[in-house]
Amino acid sequence: MAIFCTGETKVLVQGITGRDGGFHTKSMIDYGTKVVAGVTPGRGGQMFNETVPVFDNVADAVAETGAEASVIFVPPFAAAGAIFEAADAGIKLIVCITEGVPTNDMVKVMPFLEDRGVTLVGPNCPGFIVPGQAKLGILPGNIVAEGKVGLVSRSGTLTYEVVDALTKAGLGQTTCLGIGGDPVIGTSFMDAIKAFNADPETKALVLIGEIGGDAEERAAEYIKENMDIPVVAFIAGRTAPPGKRMGHAGAIVTGGTGTAAEKKAALEAAGIPVADRPVDVVPLLKELWKDA
Amino acid sequence: MNIHEYQAKEFFRNAGLDVPEGKACFSVDEATATAEQYGMPVMVKAQVLTGGRGKAGGVKFCDSMDKVKESAEAILGMDIKGHTVNKVLVTPAVDIEEEYYVGMLVDRASRRVLLMASSEGGVEIEQVAKDNPDAIIKQVIDPRYGLLDHEAMTVSMKLTADVKKARQLAASMQKLYTAFIEVDASLAEINPFIFTPDGIGKAIDAKVNIDDNAMFRHRDFEELRDLQEENPAEAAARKADLSFVKLDGNVGCLVNGAGLAMATMDLVQYYGGMPANFLDIGGSSNPDKVVSALEIILQDENVEVILFNIFGGITRCDDVAKGIIEATNRLDIKVPVVVRLTGTNEEEARVLLQGTDLVPAETMDEVVQKALELASN
Repeated sequence: MAIFCTGETKVLVQGITGRDGGFHTKSMIDYGTKVVAGVTPGRGGQMFNETVPVFDNVADAVAETGAEASVIFVPPFAAAGAIFEAADAGIKLIVCITEGVPTNDMVKVMPFLEDRGVTLVGPNCPGFIVPGQAKLGILPGNIVAEGKVGLVSRSGTLTYEVVDALTKAGLGQTTCLGIGGDPVIGTSFMDAIKAFNADPETKALVLIGEIGGDAEERAAEYIKENMDIPVVAFIAGRTAPPGKRMGHAGAIVTGGTGTAAEKKAALEAAGIPVADRPVDVVPLLKELWKDA
Repeated sequence: MNIHEYQAKEFFRNAGLDVPEGKACFSVDEATATAEQYGMPVMVKAQVLTGGRGKAGGVKFCDSMDKVKESAEAILGMDIKGHTVNKVLVTPAVDIEEEYYVGMLVDRASRRVLLMASSEGGVEIEQVAKDNPDAIIKQVIDPRYGLLDHEAMTVSMKLTADVKKARQLAASMQKLYTAFIEVDASLAEINPFIFTPDGIGKAIDAKVNIDDNAMFRHRDFEELRDLQEENPAEAAARKADLSFVKLDGNVGCLVNGAGLAMATMDLVQYYGGMPANFLDIGGSSNPDKVVSALEIILQDENVEVILFNIFGGITRCDDVAKGIIEATNRLDIKVPVVVRLTGTNEEEARVLLQGTDLVPAETMDEVVQKALELASN
């Protein structure tokens, strides 16, 4: 088991004929993901990679192929529209990789998804990978391994760094999930933690947070009350100056709140050790998780 | 993007809010001429992209032309928290009987726009949140329907028992929401919203932050950008579509991904160094971006070493390697460059980098440690 999907989940890709969309669709297929359809308006009837049929719209793709999940690689101005379209066609799991989506577009999308019970991951995220089963997104498949550690991150490439360290130390993963660094996202830190807590296969959890907002503080509270498995964390942005947006629209220290120090204190108060360096996640986890 | 009070006020006027007239003045002569036209009394207000203008002496009440001249002379050129004042807003002063705070922002937890209002106007909302959180009345706004009449009125009646005033407050909240959506704001504040002794409500200060991600549909807002207030390197980075923040250290950092870039800065500090910058080359893999990034970092004379920390995901290492080689060929780089490339297409990248002066590193810890050794030599 894992969270969100299995190797049997039928996946479609919106923006499959774009440069990044095409590149990463091939990589998803190579990893074993069941990519059953692509969508690019005006390209209906074509084949992608000689194996994947392309449709003009998501509804046609779902009707023809039974696609259950969508991965979105369209440009920022079209991202919210693509999410609406997928949800309207009955897709229940949407992963939006697109970076730079206007925040108010995401605000508009949210009630539509909530009403339909849709799980959205992202936008501005690497998606997730279920080692040995499937990947919906852009995480490099060669750095993960099957195992029992769940990992949730607000970052992209920092996720890879930590996953790589876990794998090299023999700590495989159930699911590695990057939720994205924007202020308004579908699956929150907390949603992901709850999903991992409900997954019987996940025996330990790694949290990768960063400055801005209070997701880590709220997670600390939840974990203290509700979880028994070992949890360790890393927080990026100790050296970030206040008031400056550190790349991610959500990564900004405002009015003295959202600092790395506050988050570290909240996590440690809840019994969750916080690593000084990304690689230190491994020894911290091993120390806490004796039967690893 | 942060904009000035006078610019934010223009948005508020367009949305139908009652905002006193005003003009941004770039010289003492312009300020006195404007004040003459309005008549006494006027306010002379520093226009800088930072808070705490009043405390720094950047906001003056003037009841004579002499006072206007004296205030404009004092404020123009003044330094407020590292920002030089190069313009003042001259605006008629109004009699204030009551002050309120009305603001909106995108709330991460509810994933909606959140209205916040308080009867403690004129005070920074962060301070109210700390000292007296119960004084802040909140209302989550459903994007499908906007701020409904009864929602705005319920909030307003919690601020004042005077129905006439509550109606003005409520209408102003709805207009603020209109402005918020129209300009793709991430934050919009009226602080304070005031009532005059004869019960007229007005917005006498304004703050708006525009969502950078939405700038593509507001090309005309580019002219609102205050280029004098922007760090030149940060301006160059913005033009090259790079996320860059200037810092004070000597280790130039070029990283893919914002989280990894922050973690790299943190690691530089962990090993006893200081990063010169935050720089995320972003999720795409355009070699030209790497060239621009190096040019920006090399403008900083403090930089004694440059490190690349690239973990490929959506960014392909071979493209980055091409960019590094192209840049090192095109630029005269006098400082050592340490490169760590891992992930997508890393084999191709390694082949491309062979036979260059670049110092290779395998891990994130190694690239930082090597960079610090080279910086101290």
